[in-house]
Amino acid sequence: MNILAHQLGFRALNEKIRNSSEDVVIEYCYGERFIGAGASGKTITINGTPGNALGAYLDGAVIIVNGNAQDAVGDTMNDGRIVIHGNAGDALGYAMRGGKILVKGNAGYRTGIHMKEYQDKKPVIIVGGSTGSFLGEYLAGGLIIVLGMDTEDCPVGYFTGTGMHGGEIFIRSHKMPRSLPKQVCAGPATESDMNRIIDILAEFSETFGFTMDDILSKPFCRLTPNAKNPYKQLYTVN
Amino acid sequence: MYRNVSGCAISGIISRSGKRFSGERIIESVATMRERSNGLGGGFAAYGIYPEYKDYYAFHIFYNDNAAKKECETFLEEHFDIINLSRIPTRKIPEITDEPLIWRYFVLPLPTKLAASQLDEREYVVRCVFRINTGIDGAYVFSSGKNMGVFKAVGFPEDVGRFYKLEEYEGYCFTAHGRYPTNTPGWWGGAHPFSLLDYTVVHNGEISSYDANRRSIEMYGYKCTLLTDTEVIAYMIDYLHRRIGLTLDEICHVFAAPFWSTIEGKPKQEREELKFLRNVFSSLLITGPFSIIVGFEGGMMALNDRLKLRSMVVGEKDDMVYVASEEAAIRIIQNDLDRVWSPMGGEGVIVTVEGVKN
Repeated sequence: MNILAHQLGFRALNEKIRNSSEDVVIEYCYGERFIGAGASGKTITINGTPGNALGAYLDGAVIIVNGNAQDAVGDTMNDGRIVIHGNAGDALGYAMRGGKILVKGNAGYRTGIHMKEYQDKKPVIIVGGSTGSFLGEYLAGGLIIVLGMDTEDCPVGYFTGTGMHGGEIFIRSHKMPRSLPKQVCAGPATESDMNRIIDILAEFSETFGFTMDDILSKPFCRLTPNAKNPYKQLYTVN
Repeated sequence: MYRNVSGCAISGIISRSGKRFSGERIIESVATMRERSNGLGGGFAAYGIYPEYKDYYAFHIFYNDNAAKKECETFLEEHFDIINLSRIPTRKIPEITDEPLIWRYFVLPLPTKLAASQLDEREYVVRCVFRINTGIDGAYVFSSGKNMGVFKAVGFPEDVGRFYKLEEYEGYCFTAHGRYPTNTPGWWGGAHPFSLLDYTVVHNGEISSYDANRRSIEMYGYKCTLLTDTEVIAYMIDYLHRRIGLTLDEICHVFAAPFWSTIEGKPKQEREELKFLRNVFSSLLITGPFSIIVGFEGGMMALNDRLKLRSMVVGEKDDMVYVASEEAAIRIIQNDLDRVWSPMGGEGVIVTVEGVKN
């Protein structure tokens, strides 16, 4: 089913998507919000610029964006796959708890803020370009990978991993991130670390047409919470 | 059924070459972000719209009633040469109601009065604006620059644009605001932009440091009278740019000063400059979430708070530069962009028009 988004407005558009049992292609999309919220069992393709909270609470559906996305993509997403053939805005994967988000270009501030995992639910975000500051802020679980395919600089901003207490972040770069908090451990990714992420790297390579040789041409560093320096007595002694 | 997830909406368009275009485009841009407003305030700043009166200060004034108008006009006649006055043309539409009397005056300070005041011309105008806004009950000057004007009301921004017939104006720069007031009343004077002389501000966010900023700026003769936080930013820009003479770049480092830990990591020269600005103007640091677009004669500046707690996107196409809270609000008027990016928190984007002094 093909839908012209902008004339409909976000309410009517989302109703049409919800009521469709088949795959949906959305054209003429200019900032319509909540597209695919809670969706499962279909593929939603968007040609244009979807609005905030794209794929919020997504529950198994596939969303493909041919263009740039705005803020809070995959907010509290539970399952499914979001592929963005462009950039994403701030708070990508906010509080995400399952599924995968693949971004070809850059992502904004607070990518993966408060992502979490539980048993077999392990969310994954992979960004091909750079991210803004506060990457993985309050990270509680899951996997974030930033590749910086188009830059020689470290592809993340300031204050990466602030408040991080679970999960892991991989950054492809010769340089270490700036101003890491002391509650975060950073070191080169080991061979066994790389083996754990090789499938998602291959998926990124296939999805966006980068070669694996290119992706693996630089070292990866890995950030994890520092178990020797946990958060305690941050505010009060009790 | 739906929660209104929101924030205010801001948008700005400028032609670097100074080419003038209709206000239609800024209305279309800000209308795309309708969900970010709730109908309690909308407004526009437009630059380059009065070329036939470009050497005169254009006062846009709200009056509650004819008594206020009469009192204000007496004051204006005593202090200014009024070259032209008229009602600002509006269109009756059901979406905009309870409008005050809205008048426009093109004025120059009376030479004898100006000489007697021993003030420079712009300071004289500023003092007169504050005399009216604080001293004449029911009169409020909401625009006072040259060759520019502010148009604002209670309503959704696209309706405010139609109300003021903005499509009939041509300028080289427009900014817009859709308001979603959270802490303060929605009223005509509280709509954005806020302005003084040719400086205008549209703002999405809330200023945690408002009272510290207000107390500081009121020491220099400014009066915050409009019951909302953004007003103070307009006065802070006037103070730092016109009176102190800081560059716009330096003003960005005052408003959104980097964290000390970030400053420590900078090269020596830059570190010393940043430290100086942060120390000397510490009470003009703006904390809390914000994205702002500042308009001024010959240019436009966009800035996010240092933590980047509000969204802001910049797009470029040939000589045009677009800034908006959401990329869609740029794409709707120019889908074929040469470049699109999100500036970092505290990283000001300053665009100036060739051949216009600033």
